[in-house]
Amino acid sequence: MANFDLNQRYEFSAGAKRWSIILLAIGILSVGYGLFSGHAERTFANLLLNSYYITGLCMAGLFFIAVQYVANAGWATALIRIPSAFSAVLPWAGLVLVAVIVSGLYTHNLYHHWADPDLVNPNSPKFDKLIEGKSALLNLPVFIGSITGFLIIWSLFSRMLRSYSTKEDQIAGIGMHDKSVKFSAIFLVIFGFTSAIFAFQVIMSLEAHWFSTMFAWYNFAALWVSGLSAITLTLIILREQGYFTWINDSHLHDLGKFVFAFSVFWTYIWFSQFLLIYYANMPEETIYFKHRMENGYLPLFWLNLIINFVLPLLILMTRDAKRNFKTMKIVTIILLAGHWLDYYIMIMPGTVGAEHGFGIIEIGTTAGFIGLFMWIMLTSLSKAALVPKNHPYLEESLHHDI
Amino acid sequence: MSSHHESIIREPLITGTDITYNKITEDVCAPVERMPSKAWWIGFTVAVLGLVLWLVAVGYTFWTGIGAWGLNKTVGWAWDITNFVWWVGIGHAGTLISAILLLFRQSWRNSINRSAEAMTIFAVICAASFIVAHMGRPWVAYWPLPLPNQFGSLWVNFNSPLVWDVFAISTYFSVSLVFWYTGLLPDIATIRDRATGLRRRIYSILSFGWNGSAKTWQRFEAVSLILAGVSTPLVLSVHTIVSMDFATSIVPGWHTTIFPPYFVAGAIFSGFAMVQTLLLIARKVLNFENYITMAHIESMNKIIILTGSIVGVAYGTEFFIAWYSGVQYEQYAFINRATGPYWWAYWSMITCNVISPQLFWFKKIRTSIVASWVLSIFVNIGMWFERFVIIVTSLHRDYLPSSWAMFYPTWVDVAIFIGSLGLFFTLFLLFLRVLPAIAMAEVKLLLKGNSEMSKRKLIADGHAKVPEGFTNRIVIATTATIKNDKKDE
Repeated sequence: MANFDLNQRYEFSAGAKRWSIILLAIGILSVGYGLFSGHAERTFANLLLNSYYITGLCMAGLFFIAVQYVANAGWATALIRIPSAFSAVLPWAGLVLVAVIVSGLYTHNLYHHWADPDLVNPNSPKFDKLIEGKSALLNLPVFIGSITGFLIIWSLFSRMLRSYSTKEDQIAGIGMHDKSVKFSAIFLVIFGFTSAIFAFQVIMSLEAHWFSTMFAWYNFAALWVSGLSAITLTLIILREQGYFTWINDSHLHDLGKFVFAFSVFWTYIWFSQFLLIYYANMPEETIYFKHRMENGYLPLFWLNLIINFVLPLLILMTRDAKRNFKTMKIVTIILLAGHWLDYYIMIMPGTVGAEHGFGIIEIGTTAGFIGLFMWIMLTSLSKAALVPKNHPYLEESLHHDI
Repeated sequence: MSSHHESIIREPLITGTDITYNKITEDVCAPVERMPSKAWWIGFTVAVLGLVLWLVAVGYTFWTGIGAWGLNKTVGWAWDITNFVWWVGIGHAGTLISAILLLFRQSWRNSINRSAEAMTIFAVICAASFIVAHMGRPWVAYWPLPLPNQFGSLWVNFNSPLVWDVFAISTYFSVSLVFWYTGLLPDIATIRDRATGLRRRIYSILSFGWNGSAKTWQRFEAVSLILAGVSTPLVLSVHTIVSMDFATSIVPGWHTTIFPPYFVAGAIFSGFAMVQTLLLIARKVLNFENYITMAHIESMNKIIILTGSIVGVAYGTEFFIAWYSGVQYEQYAFINRATGPYWWAYWSMITCNVISPQLFWFKKIRTSIVASWVLSIFVNIGMWFERFVIIVTSLHRDYLPSSWAMFYPTWVDVAIFIGSLGLFFTLFLLFLRVLPAIAMAEVKLLLKGNSEMSKRKLIADGHAKVPEGFTNRIVIATTATIKNDKKDE
């Protein structure tokens, strides 16, 4: 192992910085264009989509680390600093998400299916009994408070796990590892319950009449596949630039298996939800899919399945494909785009309906969020060594061979 | 430089300080080669009595029809389908251990997969018996199959999840059987090589001419991976489709989209509990304590708490969405579960499935054999109640209050259930007698790298990087061995 420089650190180069700033600037300009060209709702829907997306990536990073600790998994130790850098973005991504939600609520550009006092006022002609029934959860203080609260709690865990890991670099011994295992387990329990409510609130309440128990796990599946893809893609790009030279095709193979397996898992969840609603054929449930089969959404609805299921299934089926850095790079880019589309189909019909589109606002806002995520994530990555040198499973990971 | 490396902080999967390849063979073959012990005879007698009860009760049902059960026009499914889902769920742990843990390269599966897979097969047999029994007319049990028949236009309704179930479970059973039997081949060959006379002839036939050549092993490895790949989607599909038997309907409490993954998690949960129930006793009685170690027990307990918590999240989600949906039927179904006439079933389920497994968060409880066994029984009970709650409390008060009814089991219901336990244990005890209960060939793979001996040698030779603060723990982990083997100190 002497060939590898395990003290290697990532240097956030001027080129990467320039790219992040250019992307961020494009994003800000596009949002400005959207707001002042009379597309405020559409712009807010895009802001919600992208901020939810990157928050999901950060949560996936944190979830990845926690699962590694709790499961005593060793193979990913040599690349664990990438999900760790993802998790470090969580407070910032959460801040942006809350800012988007709050400003969307107060400008009435988001959540208009429930965020209207007339809907819960029995004397108003707009009174809606069903919305009133949900008002214990769907009201501004509880809604904003719980979303903010969840994000703060998760961010605290991301800080904690990251600080244990960097402390471990300084002081050898099992102490920090033990603490990490313990707090990872606590985090996973909290995450199990809170992430469900989080998804119900942030996304499902966009169409506040509709409900599905599966929706939380459906969102988790999307978050997890996109997170795994982003971790893999970041790793491949950094390796191309001369970092992470100790990562071999076995590590990639394992990441590929995860991406493959959870793409199938996502499909399983998607299909179960769809089939059960289709089969029972109850109007209050089927309306969700009806809205996704009209107003030009139908091709996207099926494209979603092709990109996120058929492509990874066929491309990643063989062992060789999962061990090939080029193939994995292409597949992860496809899947990251695919789950953007997945969120698009979750969000747009309930917010802008037939007014949806794909143009400057969509592309520009997404570019801006990529820039933002890149900037903070790479800054965090540069602050610690690329390898947790005192991690008890590091040797296992460096010798990983399957 | 060896390409494989295992961290010293991982717990050994084979304990003991005098383990050799030969000793593993001797230890695993012993229960098959010696005469049965008194404990086995007692267990077997009880199990066969249960089997007789099962034969009587099932025979009586076939003779008189399912009117012999406590069903009525409102509650058309009760203990029959409860038992069916319970048994088929128990089967899932075997496939999880044998297939999914193989794909994840979890070497702690090696010593528990054999008996867990056997359990799977016997549990699926018990489950299938309830399907046939609840048909009422078992002589036409082939009707769910798309076979040409003499009744004209009578044909299978492919839109029905009950038909999907027939396909899913029969495929699952076949593949599990093939997987289990393939894994058995090298071990049967080992018994064959040690046997003489008639036993040798029998095991020779059963071993399919296994010759142990490099090529044979290579094919064995390849086919194991392929079967694991096939079994994984199969095992998920089985409980998914079982859940769809309920969830495709519009019965409140049944029709909810989370059912498929929630049923799968529950199935793995109950399956691991049953593996724990069986193996905690088997390892003691059969002297397998060096192979099924505390590390195995703890890992299984961790899976129990994981899947139990997933089930807990699903219960919470169902309740939450019942409120959130604003659908009064849905809300009533859940309030009725918790506070209606079957409240005791609901709270038994919550206590046994969600609350008591949380005790496994404490390492002391997780690593206590008595506590693990007691809690595993709790989970078995809780998961039976879960199915009872889902089926009976949803059906007994449907949309039409004038047809509300209660379900009371008859002696036949009870006898068939207890009898199915007899059937299961008869098969399992026979398995322990005639086939090696631990996959010795696979356990031997662990001796050089994952055993206590190999770890101690690494430390003694100064080859292991022991993290600070960990040294004490290695001693604790092996205290049991030190007690047995003082000279090692």
